Amino acid sequence: MTRVELKDVTFGYNPGHPIIKDISLVVEEPGLYCIIGPNGVGKSTLVKCLNRILAPTSGTVEIDGVDVATMHRKEIARHIGYVPVASDDTFAMSVLDTILIGRYNHRSWGSEGRDLEAAYRAMKLLRIRNLANRNFNELSAGQHQKVAIARGIVQETPVLILDEPTANLDVKYQVYVTELLRAFAEKKGIAVLTISHDLNITSKYAHKVIMLARPGVVYRVGTPREVMTKENIEAVYGIECSVEEHDGYPYIVLGGPLMDDDDRVDDLGGFEKTSRIREFASVLRGAVPKRRSK
Amino acid sequence: MEEWDQPVDSDASLESTLSYYLRNRLWKFAFIGICFVAIFLVAGYTITIGSMNISFVETYETIWNHLTGNIVNDGFDFVVWDLRMPRVLAGIIGGAGLAVCGAVMQNTMKNPLADPYTTGVSSGASLGATIAMTVVGGLMASTNVTVIGAFLFSLIPVGMMIAISKMKDASPTTMIMAGIGIMYIFNAITTVLMIWSDPQQMQAVYRWQVGTLDIVKWEHLPIMGLVTLAGVVISMLISGRLNVLSTGDESAKAMGIDADRMRIWCLVMVGLVSAVIVSFTGLIGFVGLVAPHITRLFIGSDNKFLIPACAVFGSMLLIVADALGRTILSPNVIQVGVVMSFVGGPIFLLLLLGSRKRMWSS
Repeated sequence: MTRVELKDVTFGYNPGHPIIKDISLVVEEPGLYCIIGPNGVGKSTLVKCLNRILAPTSGTVEIDGVDVATMHRKEIARHIGYVPVASDDTFAMSVLDTILIGRYNHRSWGSEGRDLEAAYRAMKLLRIRNLANRNFNELSAGQHQKVAIARGIVQETPVLILDEPTANLDVKYQVYVTELLRAFAEKKGIAVLTISHDLNITSKYAHKVIMLARPGVVYRVGTPREVMTKENIEAVYGIECSVEEHDGYPYIVLGGPLMDDDDRVDDLGGFEKTSRIREFASVLRGAVPKRRSK
Repeated sequence: MEEWDQPVDSDASLESTLSYYLRNRLWKFAFIGICFVAIFLVAGYTITIGSMNISFVETYETIWNHLTGNIVNDGFDFVVWDLRMPRVLAGIIGGAGLAVCGAVMQNTMKNPLADPYTTGVSSGASLGATIAMTVVGGLMASTNVTVIGAFLFSLIPVGMMIAISKMKDASPTTMIMAGIGIMYIFNAITTVLMIWSDPQQMQAVYRWQVGTLDIVKWEHLPIMGLVTLAGVVISMLISGRLNVLSTGDESAKAMGIDADRMRIWCLVMVGLVSAVIVSFTGLIGFVGLVAPHITRLFIGSDNKFLIPACAVFGSMLLIVADALGRTILSPNVIQVGVVMSFVGGPIFLLLLLGSRKRMWSS
């Protein structure tokens, strides 16, 4: 198993406005790692720093003790596979050809049989064998997602990152894919990192949960039982909840949102707000002709 | 999960998936073969066109005799080999080069409208060639200077495209707009420069400006052929990378390909190949736009097959267009660049309007 370590990683497009800040993490055991946290907290940014799609502003990422900044992209690609959020391809190929692209780093003369077999297995696993010869752009969003996951799986890397693999999937396939990724991680002895939004699916299937909070920091890392607590979820997501024990997993029941920021709607009473706006409007209307008459 | 380790050999659907896949590939090879045959037939026919009556069979007989060094009919040999062959070969080489340039550009820029003509690369090359000619004097005064001038000036639109591709909110249409803008400016400068060209050559210069195959001579073909061949071979070698790049920049980076650097090198290569072709044939537009799209309709978007298929289809397209231009209003000749505009213009509009929603909004 490859060991990936982030040491005080900070990244921002503008200096002074980091998206993620001083993140330190170690991934060295096989398993399903789910990264959770509210919108805009830097989940995608974090995973992109792992394989140098983005270069950290400060701090280092090491694969087996080697700084990725000094590694060739090809070498990083041998350790870490990555599946972005699914999107349309401008010039789409068949599903089978699209999945075969994932074998790019395994290809050599005469490797075609093995590549086809890997692609076929991945299609079978994701239950999309019937789509093999369909054009990628003819598919639904959920089918796109499954093809993208298959393309990730056939890379056969010791670490596999998937950015929101269950987005666009219906409930059944959200559960199926997450379950599959967990089983795949165990079976292959690899680390699968996913970004997830569903707290209950995460708490049921993740081996480890990485919880990010504003402003782009790691809030907690640990087993679902350790991380998915009422206090943590309320603090990070700003939503009331209760956590129960269900089938041996923490089960989260969501309550109302906790609106304690500046955008509170009830700061100005509804009527008062409208009358204030009218006031402003009449001032503005008055101002324009006055200037003209001068 | 156990499914992963089970042997798949006995799967019934594996059989059907693979046989479909293989049949599909066979069809792709067949398409390339069909294009080769078509090139052979059309090239032979094109050589028969002219004031001296030489039949299709006599044409290939004469070529065969020349190649085996046993010339039977000196008149036929002169007409076929010296007068008519360069034109056809220029069409084959130019068509292949421009089509492959178009395919590579469309892929690396993720822009279905891109080709050397619509992005202004050809206009840049044309301006460079014109400057070289007027400075050195005379049309095709010095092949090398012309080609170098064309290449250097083709790098201006190439650099512009790289800059636009870095802009975050640039849609595919933005790039084409910029290309058309630059095309106007360059073509205007080219026209002004023509004032200083030899009046006796104006006719030839005009034909060159609208795109023609009839001013290409035997001595131009080696450089045209070698550079184009190199471009086609390199494109074929990087076709796997082009496929990876088509999954998006981030996913390409994650698979070990530096998307930005690859895009720059591809565009420089496109600049060189189109510059060499434009130096001798002038501005033949739309080959790079039309050939990849039609080829994709037949064999799909896998670059491993698309690039070689584009090359042969582009060759065929250009010599067919040339043959049409010379026969349709015979004895008047329509330049091949004009024929290509008649074919390519509507397809360009179709692409622009057909995919408009996605292009403007993205």
